[in-house]
Formats: sequence, structure tokens, C-alpha cells
Amino acid sequence: MEKLKRLAINEEGFIFDPVSGNSFTTNRVGLWILQKLKEGKTPEEIISELPGYFEVDAETAERDVTDFLEQLRHYKLI
Amino acid sequence: MKEPYEKPLIKKVQVGLSNKFGSVYGRHLRPEIDGVPISDLVSRFGSPLFVFSERRLREKYRQIYQMFSTRYPNVHFSWSYKTNYLDAICAILHQEGETAEVVSEFEYEKARRLGVPGSEIIFNGPYKPISALKRAVQEGALINIDHFDEIYDLEDIAEELGNSIKVGIRLNMDTGISPQWTRFGFNLESGQALDAAKRIVSGGKLILSGLHCHLGTFLLEPRAYAKAIEKMVDFAYELEDNFGLKIEYLDIGGGFPSRNRLKGIYLSPEIAVPPMEDFAEAICDTLLSKLKPNDFPKLILETGRAIVDEAGFLITTVHASKRLPDGTRSYVVDAGVNILFTAFWYNFKVELEEDIPGPAEPCIIYGPLCMNIDVVAENVQLPPLPRGTRLIFSPVGAYNVTQWMQFIRYRPAVVLVGEDGQVDVIREAETLDDVINRERLPERLVLKMS
Repeated sequence: MEKLKRLAINEEGFIFDPVSGNSFTTNRVGLWILQKLKEGKTPEEIISELPGYFEVDAETAERDVTDFLEQLRHYKLI
Repeated sequence: MKEPYEKPLIKKVQVGLSNKFGSVYGRHLRPEIDGVPISDLVSRFGSPLFVFSERRLREKYRQIYQMFSTRYPNVHFSWSYKTNYLDAICAILHQEGETAEVVSEFEYEKARRLGVPGSEIIFNGPYKPISALKRAVQEGALINIDHFDEIYDLEDIAEELGNSIKVGIRLNMDTGISPQWTRFGFNLESGQALDAAKRIVSGGKLILSGLHCHLGTFLLEPRAYAKAIEKMVDFAYELEDNFGLKIEYLDIGGGFPSRNRLKGIYLSPEIAVPPMEDFAEAICDTLLSKLKPNDFPKLILETGRAIVDEAGFLITTVHASKRLPDGTRSYVVDAGVNILFTAFWYNFKVELEEDIPGPAEPCIIYGPLCMNIDVVAENVQLPPLPRGTRLIFSPVGAYNVTQWMQFIRYRPAVVLVGEDGQVDVIREAETLDDVINRERLPERLVLKMS
């Protein structure tokens, strides 16, 4: 998760990667997941915590977090 | 208090890549078809499901008929069976006044079984088996000859029956479009068509009374039809003057486009596809300017796609989503290219049953077949779709329910939404029995498993 720590993330979900110069936007749930990842939480922990914060069932949470991590991987952010 | 949920997404900010046409994404929603909710249709008949709209079909036919009949006094439409030969669809168009245009003995038998008299069938195509040809002659069908061998076949039949037979010949010609369909009929420019006419006249058993042509498919150029009519009228008068014949009909075939988006054409069909009026005007104006005063041979049109395509919808359901290694989002839906044959050449309109929040991204939609070619739509701008989302593909009324195949999966049901909102099954979903009914397992191969 070293790559994640270098990212500048603002409260609105705007992300700047100072190494690559790329910028990204994310939504509220995406932002929440990124913060948890920066705190060092594992994907499993995030999946189990997500339904406690948002109106979502466990199965959707698992599917969407998995997909979000794939997107981060695609953008080489993790 | 929990916060409302939205699917987590991250998007790279791109600058300098906007295209000059602007964003192509507008949310397309279709919660119902002619007043019947998509959810009702699926809960009653399952998914995937082909849905035809009787109202749209009748309206389209009447619109197109009016476009031609208000411009020329002797117009006749013949329903192209191969475009869609479901009984219910054919029956609607026969009720509207269309005869049947068939290209095989199977289609001929289907039309006869439906109640169409032989005298209201046009029999076209390059392969007409002798027995089928003989039946068509005996029942008074209009036969458009495709090649010299068919002339000989028909002369034999005429001799056998002791009657002369009225026939037409199919022409192919250069109308300035490419590809030029030269494999059907007799070529006009080379003199082959004139040779065929001479041969028919000299044989003395057949009476040449009509000319037929069919230029191609999904043609976007009305001038090609004008050119064809011009050449057909010239040729008709050449025949009448030289052989003392009377050409009673000019059959211009079909090939007219629907409001569908051909692959490789960026512009929307509303812009790229000329309105049907342009074709009607090109054909009828040319006829009226070329024909002699008070000569109005019957103009026959065999338009299929332009009438039925937009009356057909396919409801599908998202079964799974998957992120491809290149980052592209893809979905697996329950309908594949085995039932959506026209996916190979159209980019369909893809509509959602209900609005789904979230930013759109370009997606690929795969069918359920375990085959790499099973791509139903590419580059569709869609928001993040939950599993179970209904997607509605259109226009799919032409060719799919005739060219579809039973492959890997059963073919789904087809329903018709009537003008008063009633929904009827017009083709039941297939079952295992439909597939195995014609199979025979030799006794020695029967598995003996305990």
C-alpha cells in the first residue's frame, strides 16, 4: 500500500498522484475505501466494515470492493 | 444512521480528449413497451424475451404504404417472409394488405398454411426445386426467374400442364452502388437480360409479364433506386416494343434501411439513414417521369426490414459483471449472438429499464455462450449496473427470429403486445424436447448406467 500513501486525496474525492502526475476522481464510497486502505485495513476488513457505514448488504459490498480494488490496480494505485 | 450507498468508482481525469461531437451518452430508459412494464413482461414470460409491438408494426406499414401510394397510383407490398416469418407477424401484415414474398418451398408452405392463396404469393430466389415450382405454378403464384435453368424448368412444367405460364425475370444492374449484387437474376448491361427475354419469347411457353430486381441490403442511397427504376422502365419498353409484350409489374424488391446503426457508421441513424420519404420520392418520381402517359404498371415493393425492425425489442438481464485486464467494464447478459444474429452488423440501441445512478463508462456486453465471438454490444456507455438489471436492445425485429439458431442454449419466447395492451405468446420458449425430438439414438449406443 506504499503507493497509496503518496497520494494527495481531498475531501471531495479528488486524487492527485505526485509521482505520475495523474489525477483521479472518486465518489463517497470510493473515498471511504481509499481512506481505510491508507489506514492499513485489509480488503476483508473493509468488506466487513462497509455495511456498518453505508446502506448496503454484505454480498454487494464484497462484489463492489473487489471491483474497486481492480480499478485501483488498473490505474496502478495499489 | 447509515449513509446512502453508491457503487465505489474511480475515474482518471482526462484532459484534451473531448471529441468534437460532444458526449454521446444520454441516458436511455425504457420502463415499458407500449404501456406494458418490462418487469411484468419478464415476470410472466422470463428473460431473455423478444417483444413485438403490434401498434408499431401496423403504423410503420401504413406510413410506408402511404408514402408510396400517395405518389404513385398502383402500389403493392409483398411481405418478405425471410425477414420475419413468425405466423403472428405475417398475419398482421397480410391483414394490412400485403401478399407474401417467399424464397423457398418452406416459406411457400408456411404462407399457404397461414391461409395465403397461391395467387397472392411471389416466389423469388435462386433455388426453386421442380416440385415447389410446379406447385407454385398450379396455384397461380407469381414467379420471378433467377437463371436460364429455371426458364427450362418452367417450360417443362408448362408443357406438362399444357398451359402457358406468366413469369417475371429478376434483373441485376449497375446503379452506382457497391457492392453490386450480381449473383441473382440476369445482368442488364451485358445483354444477358435481353437474351433471357428473347429465350422466353422464342420458347413460346412462358409469358414474360414482369421485371424484378433487388439491389442490396440496408441501402442508404435513394438515387440507386431511382437509377434502377429508370433502367427497368427503359428495359420494359424495349421488350414491349421488340416483342409485343406487356410488362404488367415492376418489382423493386427491398433493401431499405431501418433506424438501426450499422457498425462503422458513427452518426446516429436519425442522421445517417435517409427518411423513407426520400426513397418513395426517388422511386415514384422516376416512374412518373419515365413512364408513357396513362401507363401505370404495378409497382411492387418487398420491403422487410424497414417495416418490422423497429417493432421488435429484446429484453435481457445482467447476469454478471467483470473488469477486463485493460480496465474495461464488461457484463454478461442472458442473450447471445445465437438469438441476436444482427449483432454482427448493428450497434443496437441499449436502454435501461430504470435509471441507475453513477457515472457512465464504455462497456462491452457479452452473451451467455461459452464462445469468444459472443459479443452483443461494444462501447456502450452505461452506469455501473447491479446484477439483475434489465437491458432492452432495439431495433431487433428484422432477421433475428428467422436467422437465430438453437446453439448451446434454448431459444426464448417471443411475445406480441397487442394494440389494446394485451400480451400474447407468439412463439413459446424452446425446451429439451424441441431439440431432441428429431434425434435417434441407435439401440447399441444406449447407455446402461446403474
